[in-house]
Amino acid sequence: MIQPLFWPRFRQDRLAVASLLLIAALLLIAIFGDVIAPYAHDLQNTDNNLAAPNAQHWMGTDALGRDLFSRLIYGTRISMAVSLLTGVSALLLGTCYGAVSGYAGGRIDNAMMRGVDVLYAIPDLLLIILITVLIGRGVSGVFLALSLVGWITVARLIRGEVLRLKENAYVEAARAFGVKDVRILLKHILPNTFGVLIVTLTFRIPSAILAESTLSFIGLGLTPPAASWGTLANEGWKALKFYPHLIFFPGLAIFMTMLAFNFLGDGLRDALDPKQNKVS
Amino acid sequence: MLLFILRRLLWAVPVLWAVATLTFVMMHLVPGGPFDREKKLPPEIKANIEAKYHLDKPFAVQYGLYLKGLLKGDLGPSYKYLGRTVNDVIADTLPVSIQLGALALFIALVLGLLAGMASGAFAQTAWDKTSMFFATAGISIPNFVLGAFLILVFSHQFKLFPPALWEDARSVVLPAFALGLAPAAYIARLTRSSILEEKHRDYVRTARAKGLPETTILFRHVLKNAITPVITVLGPLAATLVTGSFVIEFIFSVPGMGKFFITAVTNRDYPLIMGVTLVYALLVVLANLLVDLFYTVIDPRIQLE
Repeated sequence: MIQPLFWPRFRQDRLAVASLLLIAALLLIAIFGDVIAPYAHDLQNTDNNLAAPNAQHWMGTDALGRDLFSRLIYGTRISMAVSLLTGVSALLLGTCYGAVSGYAGGRIDNAMMRGVDVLYAIPDLLLIILITVLIGRGVSGVFLALSLVGWITVARLIRGEVLRLKENAYVEAARAFGVKDVRILLKHILPNTFGVLIVTLTFRIPSAILAESTLSFIGLGLTPPAASWGTLANEGWKALKFYPHLIFFPGLAIFMTMLAFNFLGDGLRDALDPKQNKVS
Repeated sequence: MLLFILRRLLWAVPVLWAVATLTFVMMHLVPGGPFDREKKLPPEIKANIEAKYHLDKPFAVQYGLYLKGLLKGDLGPSYKYLGRTVNDVIADTLPVSIQLGALALFIALVLGLLAGMASGAFAQTAWDKTSMFFATAGISIPNFVLGAFLILVFSHQFKLFPPALWEDARSVVLPAFALGLAPAAYIARLTRSSILEEKHRDYVRTARAKGLPETTILFRHVLKNAITPVITVLGPLAATLVTGSFVIEFIFSVPGMGKFFITAVTNRDYPLIMGVTLVYALLVVLANLLVDLFYTVIDPRIQLE
């Protein structure tokens, strides 16, 4: 549950507030990209390729003469959509799994967690790559792979929370009144994990951005014509020595966005639960 | 203690078996065979190749053969590097990756612990705020952006270090830093918050009441207790280093296992993909075991069951 003191506390964290504004601006750019972009993202002009940043092309042009600023705006839409959707779906999957496992306890919990242990032994990005080998590398393939991996961390976290919360007297009281298990879980336990969920979501999104852009950067992520920040960075990487602006702007976009989400996450955590001061 | 190690090692067996089965099933569900090329092979040749790699046999038989090989430590032949086995490729590339990872881990621990300790000791000072800003920046910068930046500045601009390859001691510097800085930032944040938490404990108040100087309290009492959470993350950190090594080896053309893994995925070299996955899983499991063992050394209160 959100405490009454949440806003006053959160407002004091200037970095977190600035981050929230930046993220809001990014969402607007993602939604209204078509209106903001000065050129079409796929408009080629080979007479004017690899131009350095100038008045017509604020961030220069790429090897095919496409306007980098417009491509970055287009990439914002794909990167934000993939990471936000993945964050939410990983959260839903993980919460369901973790809540059931933690609430059931005993053998069911044990069996469910052994399964998670196996997946935990495979590094995230490796598992994501394996899944994309199987289901393909389009936008939906990458989204699915990221979601199918992202829930694991969430499940462990929520299970721990539920294990702790179900020992509370009010849960015992509800049980004594004959309230059904599903209702206890949904009405009495899960609402109390709200703070943890919000903070987890805020940290899941930057890790999704990182995973997607890394995947696209090493050439195993999105396939053209879809262009995320990672794809743009990959294109820029090939021309690093002579045209560093091509990787600078996508790199900066990824960095600033991750920074904003991390600061926001820190701020939310401190404001929601001032006692807990751990780095997640 | 010995019983605990044995039990944990035994627990690793089903985990690795599950990982092997999972990757085996996934790689065999991929539509299209590994030898489907754009240019169709003559049917006799294709049949020969498939017979050589047992691809003509039923799925269950192939799985049985694979597991049997695994028991003998045989990861099978590579589909792409003809005449070489997956074991050969891993034997060549794993040592390189281990060196890179160990160096990065060293950088991460030294930088992270020092910065975190200084921040924790002088909390809320300008030093603390600056170093924590950089730490958050450090966990936010993707390692490929950091790597590109390091290459631009230190090899193209100042020509201090080579931008690629893995030959002499100088070529190791940039990749190791590019891989180690993010974990260093992470450890710094964790160390700081752990120290801040310990500073409010009763034993610190007691020590202060006894009239011990602040430095003694910090070094003799607080640090010892604050280190435990840092040790805890070393397990997951092993996985982070593995993931990071894909990108870093790709950027710096380091001939390690990560680079070969990426190539294997592009080439659909399934036995190599499965073999490398297994080795990584083994590394992660071993790292977690080591962490658990290390606990008992530094904190006798933790009982192994």
